[in-house]
Amino acid sequence: MRDFYGVTLDTPLMLGTAQYPSPAVLEAAFRGSGASVATVSLRREAGQGQGFWDIIRGLGVHILPNTAGCHSAREAITTAQMAREVFETNWIKLEVIGHADTLQPDPFGLLDATESLAADGFEVFPYTTEDQVLAARLLDAGARVLMPWGAPIGSGLGLNNRYGLRTLRAAFPDVPMVIDAGLGLPSHAADALEMGFDAVLLNTAVAQAGDPVAMARAFALAVQAGALARTADPMEPRDMAQPSTPVLGKAWL
Amino acid sequence: MKIEVNGEARDVTGPTLADALTELGWAEARVATAVNGDFVPKVARAETALKDGDRLEVLAPMQGG
Repeated sequence: MRDFYGVTLDTPLMLGTAQYPSPAVLEAAFRGSGASVATVSLRREAGQGQGFWDIIRGLGVHILPNTAGCHSAREAITTAQMAREVFETNWIKLEVIGHADTLQPDPFGLLDATESLAADGFEVFPYTTEDQVLAARLLDAGARVLMPWGAPIGSGLGLNNRYGLRTLRAAFPDVPMVIDAGLGLPSHAADALEMGFDAVLLNTAVAQAGDPVAMARAFALAVQAGALARTADPMEPRDMAQPSTPVLGKAWL
Repeated sequence: MKIEVNGEARDVTGPTLADALTELGWAEARVATAVNGDFVPKVARAETALKDGDRLEVLAPMQGG
């Protein structure tokens, strides 16, 4: 498994901490998922921040702060600086949003912010599209991990552009990549791992399921199956049938 | 002095950011601060003077995806 800025994860699953029915369900979902990383954010202190900090510390996983909701490089950079101090980590899931409906990354702001933050010692996880040219630029700017989207955040559509993602994976075989956003079902997560991605990051699919803890467990099994399948070197698909039962020795009836 | 704290008008004595945070009850809290859109690290709070009209953001850990 490729590492993330020197950190090898126990499981290829990163889980968001938002939208759970209660803190107890959040904790149970994390335990059920076996997730190695928890994503978190920063918001205006309104009395709940300190309690939440205790909860995430108690999860015992790596913490990946995000810059969710930032629409400019400047906003994202300031948020990242604040997150580094609060969460005591150089990791930052860098989101620079370019469009309100699709929450698609703004490639230009993302590149600017990546360059600036990498130069400032951050370990950047850029939330990006499957665009291969942008990926190359992000790597040139100092990113050592990429987080291509599967589909728009919260959509649950799965891997929206399999061709683009497959091409991206093949273009940068040594770069750790996480499919971030858009996953709705465990089969989507297994799919991503089978394609050679190193991990998946999801939130809504678990938190908004009717039974978040059961769904967390389902994702845990899916990423385990997908990762194992990848190492087992899957067969190549073909267009025509080929009998699996030997033809030789068939009776003449 | 009159400043804006997380989008709300507040009256604080100051004169530094560290003083204002104490007044607002966040002296010991795990929070990060920005003044007029620029990050102010914890170690710089005591030397950061506030003035009328400053916009102070005080951010804390929150759920996120």
